[in-house]
Amino acid sequence: MVENPGSPLHQPLLHESAQRHASGEAKYVDDFPAPAGMLVAQAAGGSHARGRIRSVDISKAKLVPGVVAVLTARDIPGQNNVGPVIHDEELLASQQVHFLGQPVVLVVAESLEACRAGVAAVKIDLEASAPIVTIEQAIAAGSWLSDEHRMQRGDVGAALATADVRFQGEVRTGGQDHFYLETQVTLAIPEENRALKLYCSTQHPSEVQAIVAHVLHCGRHQVVVEVPRMGGGFGGKETQAAPWAAMAALAALKTGRPVKVWLNRDQDMLLTGKRHPFLTKFDVGFSKDGTLVGLDAQLVSDGGFSNDLSRAILDRALFHSDNGYFLPHVRLTGRVAKTNLPSNTAFRGFGGPQGMALIEDLISRFCERTGLDPVEVRRKNFYGAAPRNLTPYWQEVKDNRLPRIFDELLASSDYTKRRAEVAAFNAKSTSSKRGLALTPVKFGISFTTGFLNQAGALVVLYADGTVQLNHGGTEMGQGLHTKMLAICAHELGVLPENVRVMNTSTEKVPNTSATAASSGADLNGQAVKNACETLRSRLAPIAARLLGGADERELVFRGGHVFLGEHPEQWVAFDALTSEAHLAQVSMSATGFYRTPDITFDRNSGRGKPFHYFAYGAAVCEVELSALTGEHRLRRVDILHDVGNSLAPTIDRGQIEGAFIQGVGWLTSEELRFDAQGFLRTHSPDTYKIPAFGDAPREFHVALLQNAAQYDVVHGSKAVGEPPLMLALAVVAALRDAVTAFGPKGREVKLDMPCTAEALLFAVEAQRQ
Amino acid sequence: MTLLRYLRDRKQLTGTKEGCAEGDCGACSVAIAELGADGQPVWRSVNSCLVMLPMLQGKHVLTVEALKQGEAYHPAQVSMTKALGSQCGYCTPGIVMSMFEATYRKDLDAPWKLDDQLCGNLCRCTGYRPIRDAAEEVAGTCPNDGFTPAKPESMELAYEAHGQRFVTPGTFEALWQELDAHPDARFVVGGTDLCLEVTKKFAVIPKLVSLEGLTELKQVSETDAFFRIGSGVSIAELETFSATRLPSLHRMVRYFAARQIKHRGTVGGNLCTASPIGDLPPALISLGATAVIRGRGGERRVLLEQFFVGYRKTALATKELLVAVEVPRPASSARAVCYKVSKRRELDISTVSAGFYVDTDGEGVVTVARLAYGGMAATTLRAAGAEAALVGKAWSAQNVALAAKALATDFTPLSDHRGSAAYRSLVAANLLRGFFDETLEVRQPPLGSQHVATVQSAEEVRHG
Repeated sequence: MVENPGSPLHQPLLHESAQRHASGEAKYVDDFPAPAGMLVAQAAGGSHARGRIRSVDISKAKLVPGVVAVLTARDIPGQNNVGPVIHDEELLASQQVHFLGQPVVLVVAESLEACRAGVAAVKIDLEASAPIVTIEQAIAAGSWLSDEHRMQRGDVGAALATADVRFQGEVRTGGQDHFYLETQVTLAIPEENRALKLYCSTQHPSEVQAIVAHVLHCGRHQVVVEVPRMGGGFGGKETQAAPWAAMAALAALKTGRPVKVWLNRDQDMLLTGKRHPFLTKFDVGFSKDGTLVGLDAQLVSDGGFSNDLSRAILDRALFHSDNGYFLPHVRLTGRVAKTNLPSNTAFRGFGGPQGMALIEDLISRFCERTGLDPVEVRRKNFYGAAPRNLTPYWQEVKDNRLPRIFDELLASSDYTKRRAEVAAFNAKSTSSKRGLALTPVKFGISFTTGFLNQAGALVVLYADGTVQLNHGGTEMGQGLHTKMLAICAHELGVLPENVRVMNTSTEKVPNTSATAASSGADLNGQAVKNACETLRSRLAPIAARLLGGADERELVFRGGHVFLGEHPEQWVAFDALTSEAHLAQVSMSATGFYRTPDITFDRNSGRGKPFHYFAYGAAVCEVELSALTGEHRLRRVDILHDVGNSLAPTIDRGQIEGAFIQGVGWLTSEELRFDAQGFLRTHSPDTYKIPAFGDAPREFHVALLQNAAQYDVVHGSKAVGEPPLMLALAVVAALRDAVTAFGPKGREVKLDMPCTAEALLFAVEAQRQ
Repeated sequence: MTLLRYLRDRKQLTGTKEGCAEGDCGACSVAIAELGADGQPVWRSVNSCLVMLPMLQGKHVLTVEALKQGEAYHPAQVSMTKALGSQCGYCTPGIVMSMFEATYRKDLDAPWKLDDQLCGNLCRCTGYRPIRDAAEEVAGTCPNDGFTPAKPESMELAYEAHGQRFVTPGTFEALWQELDAHPDARFVVGGTDLCLEVTKKFAVIPKLVSLEGLTELKQVSETDAFFRIGSGVSIAELETFSATRLPSLHRMVRYFAARQIKHRGTVGGNLCTASPIGDLPPALISLGATAVIRGRGGERRVLLEQFFVGYRKTALATKELLVAVEVPRPASSARAVCYKVSKRRELDISTVSAGFYVDTDGEGVVTVARLAYGGMAATTLRAAGAEAALVGKAWSAQNVALAAKALATDFTPLSDHRGSAAYRSLVAANLLRGFFDETLEVRQPPLGSQHVATVQSAEEVRHG
């Protein structure tokens, strides 16, 4: 830990809302008292996943008692479009429907009961056609949302032709519902002069503001979007809060009354997008000693019915198909398939997990075929000195921390001894076998769309020395506000209890990027720091005067005091300073801004430097697998993760543990089952199983890499939100290791992801054949 | 109206959250004062989304808002805060309420019991480790915090509003009168299944008769020959009772549901919904249980396996109810285990479940074989072919393998989102093979704390 007496920075902080979470006082959008006259709105959709709208009859719905308005595409004053990047997504379908339940009509009513009755009374006549609900069907039908995107280096054909070991095949990963505990919700309140105030659970208030303005045909200045906090986001409220917010806004504008749109759990799961499933075909070559010589892979993602963020997600999958490994000759292509399912979207990792799952699976398969030690094969392929430091997108890997992490983790997890114990157990046990694996993570930090790497802050000082902190990031549980509060208190030298983090609002910080891509603390932290530095520079002359004409450069702001570095006994209280500054007519609010330097990427050539830096980590997982039922237990997990010099080590540990278990869910128990009609059979926690209490391993060791300051990131820290999710790939590698123990040596395990009990039992059966 | 909607919409007590409205996430958990085994009132966490207001007649309810007194936080709140047990905070009030109950439970003496206490609360942020730390700190500490549960009063109630009728008779005579007047009324006890019709399908159920006021249904008694378990006995009470008396049943009850559901769900409710994937039917059928049915005219008994007459259909006639099940004491020579396979160990519905009971004579020849399966057909069914392959034969791996093969003709399971037909068939056979191994040394083995699968190896049984 970095020593910093009197400052909360780098200290074991509690979550800034923790007490209010525990007492039930923390307010979420649905908890706000209903404003007078509030209505609720719900969408009516068609009963087929694909079809032309022949007619829409809303006459009966209008007559339902309590129904106040029934709106269709024709009632939209502006653009009937909520596509965030490519405008290919209607708010209310006008001609065609593209997934089951796609909103066509919006019913606005006095109560949820009246609203549901109104929805039931809407008649939507569809001329249905056969829906496309799998990637295979989309490929066969030539149904695409994007052109092919390519990254390549070297001569992959020649490399594969001369490889000692070469094999081809497919790798599949499944989708994942975000299952934030708080479902999508917006409360829209009309204000004077046709302005609107929205309370919205979103990671991207500026985009909600922009989309609402487009839909309502007004300037963005007419729309304020405020986010108190979210009950979880995980990427699911980056773009996908906007349609529901736009519905609330439209209904509020049309009725002149406050309107809430809230999805219940089933609606949320049926109507919102999820993590993209991927199907990848590959051709890979290794040398005899396990060195990767070439990879040719075609990645296809299931984008659902519209683009949403699918192209950027596919790009990030390509960017991470190397994980931490040097690929001398490589050709990666990616394409987004169009299916008649809800539009898949951002989810923690944003394609990175799917890319990494590919290369980790290929290394596991190579080791299963050859019997080489997976730890040594992985280590052998790490990025190294030039020319082995170049990614498939031509960015150089500098400061590679994986070799150090591997060494430290192998020792701390007692890997070698446990490897022998696992072998001994497997030699005796017939009905169950154990598996052990170590896998690394290297994750690129930055929005790969360069201009998004910017952030703003507004810090407001009051004459009594207290502070209101506004920044562009949103709080979804990740502890961003806690970190920003620590940076602000550190920079101004005030006590944390005198800083209040305000709700995120588009009227405080404009034109923000989404709180996404793990970038929240990196970007907003710099902006907060920048704003505080401005305020400090304004206060310094006053402080210097109060301290008898001291040199401003020697002033230290810390712990509610300002003092001279050499003479801490000469100090002035911060509140006395601000009071004096007010009398001296000093401006006491300041904005801060930050943009990440040197981000360049040319999508056409597939070359550039899309990432400011890389985050690293590794996990050792041990499992035991039953050959009778396919059930397994995660026996022990050891993680060593690189967060630079942690801004708040307690918060970062929580991010690592939570991301890891979320990754375990994606890779094992969470299974989305759509039927042939495009209906999600697993649309509630009754059938969709995220990890529960007992799924967390009892032995769960998490450590932060020490002495790991990151150059050119706020206070030497590193991003943490997404990278640890991919540590869960070690569970898959360990499960595959356990499956191999059921069969003869040299046989590749047949196992797709998610590794459900059923998938595992059949993998064991295949291994035994 | 559910308690959850009442708290949030009418009382503006918004600390209690709706996460799923089906009892699968725990965000709506509150504490209700119920009578404990010793007759004293105790706090029990329940899902407020699955409790209709009339079911609270005479009961003391605490929501998360009550726990902070002035500026003093309850130890459950302090431990969650200090451990960083909350991130987004949305599941937190529910977790605090489950932990609140845990602070007064003196029986959380094994790690798996703490998991069981909290498995009804999903958290998507933390990965549970800090919550487990917080729970370990406060469980069983019985803080002297002034939260004394009030003794429940009579539940007797007749309530009519908005065209809906809810009656809780206090006596059987009152029940018969109500049924004579309203033969179309539906029975409800804990409501954990029935309430889903309201919260998920928005059904309006015009007439309900709650059996919670009939204290006789909550009795458990035993004779030399059998245990009599009242239909109103909660799954939580059954869990406590079966731990020592019916170890095979206990294994099923342990993963039956989350704590909140176990508190409200009842033996009778689980049997009378007659779901093909209900967990008690295969367990009780394998133990040779009998259903005790009562109408105004008196009682009749049917073997439990004959109680289920079709998909979600029972042998109950109009104006009849299940009052108890009688479970013969398992012979000490018998091997008996119940198994449950689901996608997730905790808080999940069975893909395949099974109850096995096999007795042998002094020569090791099978005298009784009851192999009951759930999830393999439209109702819980005994595997007639497999049983026939065992009875009269030596209890050997070879004969068990033959019986496992016979299962293929006993069942033609369906494929659905919980598992394919091929998986179900394979697991059904493997459970029987595994049962043979697991009971080699201990005939009615308990489930270990960190078991890998529902069926344990002989080695696991040996080491606990």
